[in-house]
Amino acid sequence: MTKLTELTLAEARDGMVKGDFTSRELTEQYLSNMEQGRELNSYIVETADIALNMADKADQMIRGGNATGMTGIPIAVKDLYCTKDVHSASASHILNGFKPKYESTVTANLWQDGAVMLGKTNMDEFAMGSSNETSYYGPVKNPWRATKENGTLETKDYVPGGSSGGSVAAVAGDLAVAATGTDTGGSIRQPAAFTGLVGMKPTYGRCSRWGMIAFASSLDQAGPITKTVRDAAIMMESMASYDVKDSTSVERTVPNYEHALTGDIRGMKIGIPKEYRMDGMPSAIEKLWQQGIAWMKAAGAEIIDISLPHTKYALPTYYIVAPAEASSNLARYDGVKYGLRVEGDSLDGMYKNTRAEGFGHEVKRRILIGTYVLSAGYYDAYYLKAQKIRTLIAQDFAKAYEKVDVILTPTAPSAAFAMGEKSDDPIAMYLNDIFTVPASLAGLPAISVPAGLSQDAMPLGLHLIGRAFDEETILRAAQVLEHAAGFTAKPKVWWGDK
Amino acid sequence: MSVDKRTVTKIADLARIAVGPDELEPLVGELNNILNWIEQLSEVDTDGVAPMTSVVEVDLPWRADKVTDGGYRDEVLANAPGSEHGFFTVPKVIE
Repeated sequence: MTKLTELTLAEARDGMVKGDFTSRELTEQYLSNMEQGRELNSYIVETADIALNMADKADQMIRGGNATGMTGIPIAVKDLYCTKDVHSASASHILNGFKPKYESTVTANLWQDGAVMLGKTNMDEFAMGSSNETSYYGPVKNPWRATKENGTLETKDYVPGGSSGGSVAAVAGDLAVAATGTDTGGSIRQPAAFTGLVGMKPTYGRCSRWGMIAFASSLDQAGPITKTVRDAAIMMESMASYDVKDSTSVERTVPNYEHALTGDIRGMKIGIPKEYRMDGMPSAIEKLWQQGIAWMKAAGAEIIDISLPHTKYALPTYYIVAPAEASSNLARYDGVKYGLRVEGDSLDGMYKNTRAEGFGHEVKRRILIGTYVLSAGYYDAYYLKAQKIRTLIAQDFAKAYEKVDVILTPTAPSAAFAMGEKSDDPIAMYLNDIFTVPASLAGLPAISVPAGLSQDAMPLGLHLIGRAFDEETILRAAQVLEHAAGFTAKPKVWWGDK
Repeated sequence: MSVDKRTVTKIADLARIAVGPDELEPLVGELNNILNWIEQLSEVDTDGVAPMTSVVEVDLPWRADKVTDGGYRDEVLANAPGSEHGFFTVPKVIE
């Protein structure tokens, strides 16, 4: 028999509604897996009591015939979401001890639908990172390890990607059915690709950002991390909503995304951008991309070559816009309202000492870059220039969507790398997001689907970018890709009692 | 454009982050690496291009200018490192 913790979200939902097992039974198995999986460092806080309470309430909902797609589903919540009276620190020391007195809109939506919170997941500090090595709570280990030529597993640790590294490690290691992530430049999609999962960033404005600890407000979006495309559709529908508390959330009906999964993409026009063919890209990635194109063609889609000429400028543009917004958003951490306070010889001294001790190195670096590009005399040369190039990048996409319905690219330029391999070279680390950042800058929905394995058996993802508010089309295309790839590999368990 | 020790000291001061003397030199190098890499943007012709101000094309919603929520003083203060008599406390600012 399949273990309950190996079920997909859709299977767990159906099993509970049929009465095969209860949410309490499912939740208890997950809590036990979490205990076994502590070595992965995917959770910062486990909330077993809350989980069991929520599971009992969910079981009542199910018995009363009031189940939704998420009822009774045990999920992990990224530490960036404010959850009432529960640790919410964006994995930063500066929010030491912070327990918000309110609930983020996205998590409130999930609890309203009966989802069960297992705990808060580890992440790069303030979501600034692509390997989950910048957390104050220590790095997260990828449940996947490369396979050596002799067929045995490597013994070194690999990064899970970032910034939603704890969320993906929890789902890939069967420590949660699904998890919430957040994506500013690729923080859902790249880690999903590194761990053989589905990760979706919806259109900017689809989910409320209220109660999400801000990094770069014009880029941050909530999204699901799941085992299958169907699971992503179910969870996305619960997370999305218009919210008067977030003036950038958009008043549009949230469709039933699961209904979009028809399996039929005949006649769909798929764009292949030539600028995403990067020098030095591993041959396995190029091969997988070609394979993806062939799968889509075989399913009846029409493949169209397109050009997104400003692609190469997306990443440096992002590294002006995101730090600029971060330097402004993170000004709120002053040792007065919440979190850490380190005394000083004056008010200013207290601010400076608090922020010196509370922020990690990568966060400080980005605040300083952001402060510099916004400072008098440099604003036009950096920030304004970047916002103009952002317009050009969005126009590239708009032009492409006159000819195509979705765009297919690789998710990341490599498979997961070993821990410590890139942590000394910020720009090498930033390059992880080269394929995900353009869609973020243009606010477009995008999804990563596990599609194959590298030579040493590490997961690789393909990436679909859609038109604004057309999540349905990328979900439909993603499911076709998922079925064609038939990705069923799971990490071999090397942690806990095995 | 590149930064020197003086500029980094100034922006660290603007950002209210204490930077020790031994941290300064490495920071100058790291920031210059990133700034040099960003420099490639200068080759893009942006004459006549409007800067992006809204990610998706939507009008900002309007609402009546009315108080609809509030009264959470104790909740607001609950996480403060220091508070007294319903206020945040900070180090003395008047001599």
